[in-house]
Amino acid sequence: MDVGFCLRSEAAGAMRTALMSAENLQLTLKAEPSQEERALTHTKRGPEETHKAGNEDLKEMLESNKESLKLEAMKRVVGLIAKGKNASELFPAVVKNVASKNIELKKLVYVYLVRYAEEQQDLALLSISTFQRALKEPNQFIRASALRVLSSIRVPIIVPIMMLAIKEAAADMSPYVRKTSAHAIQKLYSLDPDQKEQLIEVIEKLLKDKSTLVAGSVVVAFEEVCPDRIDLIHKNYRKLCNLLVDVEEWGQVVIISMLTRYARTQFTSPWKEGASFEENNEKAFYASDSEEKSERTEAEAYVMDPDHRLLLRNTKPLLQSRNTAVVMSVAQLYWHLAPRHEVNLVTKSLVRLLRSHREVQYIVLQNIATMSIQRKGMFEPYMKSFYVRSTDATHIKTLKLEILTNLANEANISTILREFQTYVKSQDKAFAAATIQAIGRCATNISEVTDTCLNGLVLLLSNRDETVVAESVVVIKKLLQTQPTQHSEIIKHMAKLFDNITVSMARASILWLMGEYCDRVPKIAPDVLRKMAKSFTAEEDIVKLQTVNLAAKLYLTNSKQTKLLTQYILNLGKYDQSYDIRDRTRFIRQLIVPNEKSGALNKYARRILLAPKPAPVLESAFKDRDRYQLGTLSHSLNSKASGYQELSDWPAVAPDQSVRNVEVVEPVQEWAPSVGKTKKLKSDDKFYSDNEEEKAEEESESSEGSSSSSSSSSGESSSESEEQSSEESDKTSSDSGKSSSGSEETSSGSDSQQKKKKKTKKAPQKKSKTAAASSDSDENGNGPVVKDSSSSDESSSGSEDDSDSDAAAAPTTQQQKKSDRKPGPKVKSEVEVSLLDLVDFSPAPTNAPKGPVVSPSLLSDLEGLSLSNTSSTMQVTAPSFGPVKTYELLHHMTGKGLSAKYHFPRQPCLHQPGMVAVQVTLSNGSDRSLEEIHVGDRSPASLNIHCFNTIERLEPEASVTVSMGIDFSDSTQAANFQLCTKEDGFSVSIQPAVGELLMPSSLSEQDFSREQGKLLGMNETSATVAMATANASSQAVKQRVLSVANVGEVPSGQDVAHR
Amino acid sequence: MIHSLFLINASGDIFLEKHWKSVVSRSVCDYFFEAQERASEPENVPPVIPTPHHYLISVLRHRIYFVAVIQSEVPPLFVIEFLHRVVDTFQDYFGVCTEAAIKDNVVVVYELLEEMLDNGFPLATESNILKELIKPPTILRTMVNTITGSTNVGEQLPTGQLSVVPWRRTGVKYTNNEAYFDVVEEIDAIIDKSGSTITAEIQGVIDACVKLTGMPDLTLSFMNPRLLDDVSFHPCVRFKRWEAERILSFIPPDGNFRLLSYHVSSQNLVAIPVYVKHNITFREGSSQGRFDLTLGPKQTMGKAVEAVLVSSQLPRGVLNANLNASQGTYTFDPVTKMLTWDVGKINPQKLPSLKGSMNLQAGASKPDENPTINIQLKIQQMAISVSTVTRWPLGGAKCTKAPPHMTPETTPLAGYDSDEASLR
Repeated sequence: MDVGFCLRSEAAGAMRTALMSAENLQLTLKAEPSQEERALTHTKRGPEETHKAGNEDLKEMLESNKESLKLEAMKRVVGLIAKGKNASELFPAVVKNVASKNIELKKLVYVYLVRYAEEQQDLALLSISTFQRALKEPNQFIRASALRVLSSIRVPIIVPIMMLAIKEAAADMSPYVRKTSAHAIQKLYSLDPDQKEQLIEVIEKLLKDKSTLVAGSVVVAFEEVCPDRIDLIHKNYRKLCNLLVDVEEWGQVVIISMLTRYARTQFTSPWKEGASFEENNEKAFYASDSEEKSERTEAEAYVMDPDHRLLLRNTKPLLQSRNTAVVMSVAQLYWHLAPRHEVNLVTKSLVRLLRSHREVQYIVLQNIATMSIQRKGMFEPYMKSFYVRSTDATHIKTLKLEILTNLANEANISTILREFQTYVKSQDKAFAAATIQAIGRCATNISEVTDTCLNGLVLLLSNRDETVVAESVVVIKKLLQTQPTQHSEIIKHMAKLFDNITVSMARASILWLMGEYCDRVPKIAPDVLRKMAKSFTAEEDIVKLQTVNLAAKLYLTNSKQTKLLTQYILNLGKYDQSYDIRDRTRFIRQLIVPNEKSGALNKYARRILLAPKPAPVLESAFKDRDRYQLGTLSHSLNSKASGYQELSDWPAVAPDQSVRNVEVVEPVQEWAPSVGKTKKLKSDDKFYSDNEEEKAEEESESSEGSSSSSSSSSGESSSESEEQSSEESDKTSSDSGKSSSGSEETSSGSDSQQKKKKKTKKAPQKKSKTAAASSDSDENGNGPVVKDSSSSDESSSGSEDDSDSDAAAAPTTQQQKKSDRKPGPKVKSEVEVSLLDLVDFSPAPTNAPKGPVVSPSLLSDLEGLSLSNTSSTMQVTAPSFGPVKTYELLHHMTGKGLSAKYHFPRQPCLHQPGMVAVQVTLSNGSDRSLEEIHVGDRSPASLNIHCFNTIERLEPEASVTVSMGIDFSDSTQAANFQLCTKEDGFSVSIQPAVGELLMPSSLSEQDFSREQGKLLGMNETSATVAMATANASSQAVKQRVLSVANVGEVPSGQDVAHR
Repeated sequence: MIHSLFLINASGDIFLEKHWKSVVSRSVCDYFFEAQERASEPENVPPVIPTPHHYLISVLRHRIYFVAVIQSEVPPLFVIEFLHRVVDTFQDYFGVCTEAAIKDNVVVVYELLEEMLDNGFPLATESNILKELIKPPTILRTMVNTITGSTNVGEQLPTGQLSVVPWRRTGVKYTNNEAYFDVVEEIDAIIDKSGSTITAEIQGVIDACVKLTGMPDLTLSFMNPRLLDDVSFHPCVRFKRWEAERILSFIPPDGNFRLLSYHVSSQNLVAIPVYVKHNITFREGSSQGRFDLTLGPKQTMGKAVEAVLVSSQLPRGVLNANLNASQGTYTFDPVTKMLTWDVGKINPQKLPSLKGSMNLQAGASKPDENPTINIQLKIQQMAISVSTVTRWPLGGAKCTKAPPHMTPETTPLAGYDSDEASLR
């Protein structure tokens, strides 16, 4: 413990000191003799041992050398934490194990650290260096968990370290680490709100992230840290909408609710004037109409912002989610944002949720209750789903009752009342009472049944159960008040029951009725008063008050009979224990009994006491809940929860919608070049948006499928297909390229392909060539196209689908230039990028094809190439390439003189067919020569890199170009490796652009379109190519496309569709 | 988001606590206990309870309250759904989710909770991912671990986390490839005294157990998809495909999962497969009542009605019941007044009946309503959502993207139906 003590004095300062003391600590402990055996005997002791002794024992185990003992001890410590017992005194012993090799032990130490670090801040600092080291680990999982723990340690002194770590992690290659950093932002913010500005910067950066993994988490951080910075969302709005389907379900909930808020500030109201007027019959009105049609009718008055529409369309499929929270959040989105007639879409899904767990039902019913007040029509067809079951919990029953009452109208009231009759008989008396109130509400709301209800309630007065009777009395009182004319019979009946009723509220109600309508029951009222005078002292306060009231009213109307009684009661009241009653008595006496002191009031006593009173309005308890956003905690509690964000009203005029136009997409290494959407393009975008969006979704969905399926097949079949493909290519080469092997498999083409074909028109078949790539995919027969012809161990679409949305824009650009003549074909051109790998290409100018050297599977490729050259139909030749883009790998400042640049030569890799060739130019910027430059550790470990040979010596100012092969496994995941010199190692990473992963091959347009059909949506990747609309030549388009992707061109008979 | 989690057993002990942010004192649960006291039955505790500084959201499952503490606005369903997911995960890992199981595996529970939430926001809830991170405890593995010193905790990021199919792990291998699909349909019906149906709803689920190698892509088609009024899918199902072609196309998770649940519109009337003859009377004045109940099958397409369970909440005045069951056993709980009769299988030749008398409390007046009778039953191999079984839309699964040598053995039907009807 003294070690800990001395630490406390010094550790507060710099990290270095802490580190050193940690070493000291360890040293001292090692000096101690091992306590293993003793610890072993300790473990066998019973758990009934005293707490203190147990901890001693644990301490010894933790300090032992044996891993298993430590683990055992940690497990017990975690057990203590779980039970809520204090284990903080073990902190010094536990924290030493933070660097343990055993991953489970380490995790348990993390658990402990997070729990107690706040209490033992100084000691917690000991562990920081371990995390800092772990943050540099190549294993992304370790990096992420280090960040998680580091940010969970609530020690204010490490805020700068956390800030640094978050910033670094936000730029990490692994989306998982970036996700963790988004979580860490919130933790840091709650620890130190002063960091807000810096954190917002990180959030801004992460919001741009295209990974679905990150999207949810960063929006959570946004909501927590800066929910008012709506401007950060503008640029990312469309991306978020498009990604939504693929985001994990919890992220969906958060994003949807954020977008709801966003949309309310950015779009104008889709609820046109008078919408509420037609609400009731609108269901029937629109029922037969299609959605589009009703939209059109509305369009004259109001045009929905396409972004608004985008949000609605992209959230709709989520109604089918298995996650109830997602369904609810979509429902609330529609409720708050959709045009009135579209809200009905959500009804079914909400009703479905009623089959879920009880707690889910509770929340959903609450929301339905609120909805059903405003929109009866929405839930009326599902009325029977709200029938109460005997097994429901009471709060569920009450909510269902509430909804049934809201749904009641002239048409269904008889059914509902019959149902209510059963409920009244329920053994659950609280529920029966609630039913009676519900009947009362129905009676006031629907005048046709008021009499029936009243009669029914009167019958209930003879019920055996007194809560039922009492409730009936109260409800009858309210009903009578609304129409007091002809009901003296009921009042008489109630007076008769008065003796038997013991519930004070009911007694008070009867007394009040007597007083109010004493002129209708002139004989009975004084008698009731007489009875009350006898029992006055034994009554409840509320009954006493009403007795005083009754006495006063009778005194005014019938003073002859009741004068004495009244005085008696007033005297009793004067000496009552409750000051309320004394007060009231005094007031009444002054008011009604004339004496010399009483002033003007006396004259008005009659008018005061017997004024006609307005009937109470029986309303739903959910009437005012609509001020809260549906689905929120505040709505559920009907009070504002902390952190609740008000939903703003629709703006009268929509703010500038161009703010959502994405102008700059890419960070430097991202493959998509910048998108400059011009105003004109924008309008075009709107025009097509329907198609595109759907398309994009399809793409992303099926790309999931393809990627996984290809990886699944790869295990078993890759070798097979390799063989086949090489066979195939042999065959085709002998065929002199006239027959297409793909054609046999055409049968597998789907409808969509045919559709495509139709759009393509009859393209002249100038040539038919087989590409190894296509044959390969055909062998699989099911349409998964393995991108690289020879092998693909794994293909993951990674971030590919991210750019889908942008993809939509690219073809549009092209089209537009073609003077909008044919809006049809655009769909097709969009697929282009996915197919580009099947298209022939011309080699980069730097390198001539080295046909004979390459592996057999490539042969066919080159075969195609040469053929295309001879047939001279190829329009794309070498010059059509844009300048080769060079990326920086290592800057000479960070690399101590060594700098490296790389580019993709776009030629088949010589080392291994599956690899992508990368040319790295190494140059020595320092003044001394560098030795032994080679490639060191790489990550992910599975990454297959063909390294260049070690460069023995690199003289100052010299540079050398080496080529490497990297198997990116068809993903855009960066390849991280170390570039080592003799003295140093530098971590570098190569981020492949999707376009560079593609393997070009040639085929005819016919083949192309067939493959396209098969491929549809599988491996699609796209990007938007920025281009001034002015230079609308087809050449220019080609050039731009080529500059980003390693592709060739299919000769097309149709100049509109560029491929 | 979620701040802390407390697990409370039926007797009101907090037996596990976990904090994801700063520590919340367990005294916050006092508000929960208050609400619990106020509620007459365990189910009646309101799911959302406000306290001065926090909000408590609880779910009750397996007689354990899972109480989440939250501090600021969050959709309550979000928390509820997550808590249910936690329970499902525990069940998945330990077979049962009881207090004893949780206490025995407290370390695994803690590790799980740590992975499932980060800073109160769900991180990994997919069972396939979790199982890669933390392997479920088995006796064999425990032994191996003690010998070899290896751990249950994974070192690598689960492959699913980064993939676009997070629900499936990579590298799955089976020697026998098989996929089973269970179609379970439930009728929920309320039937009145005279035997006419007041409301009946059909709800169905398809539960799947898929054990296929690699990354299989399956499609499942229905003969009559129109019947499915409203569906919800496992995230693996491609929604667009369903929209366009009414075909279920998906890459399944490994192991057991619920593929879809659907709702058959309540508009078409449902044939209830059993009828009940009942005669429950209480005579005015005497402290005796008669109880007479007979069950019989109707419209079952020749299928046997099985696992019949009758339960009824008798009026509070009933002291005791002397009944005679022609088949099965009955129990009567004098405290809760719950009568349960486990009938078993209904034999159409000899209809099961429960007859006898009830003793009422002396002096208690005649109960003024008849008790509700709940009947649960199962019928194997029958689908209720269509009028004839032959039309039941089971297209069978075909494996479209399996490696060529693999012929998945698909047993498309082990379906059964479960009815729940309450009679009143």
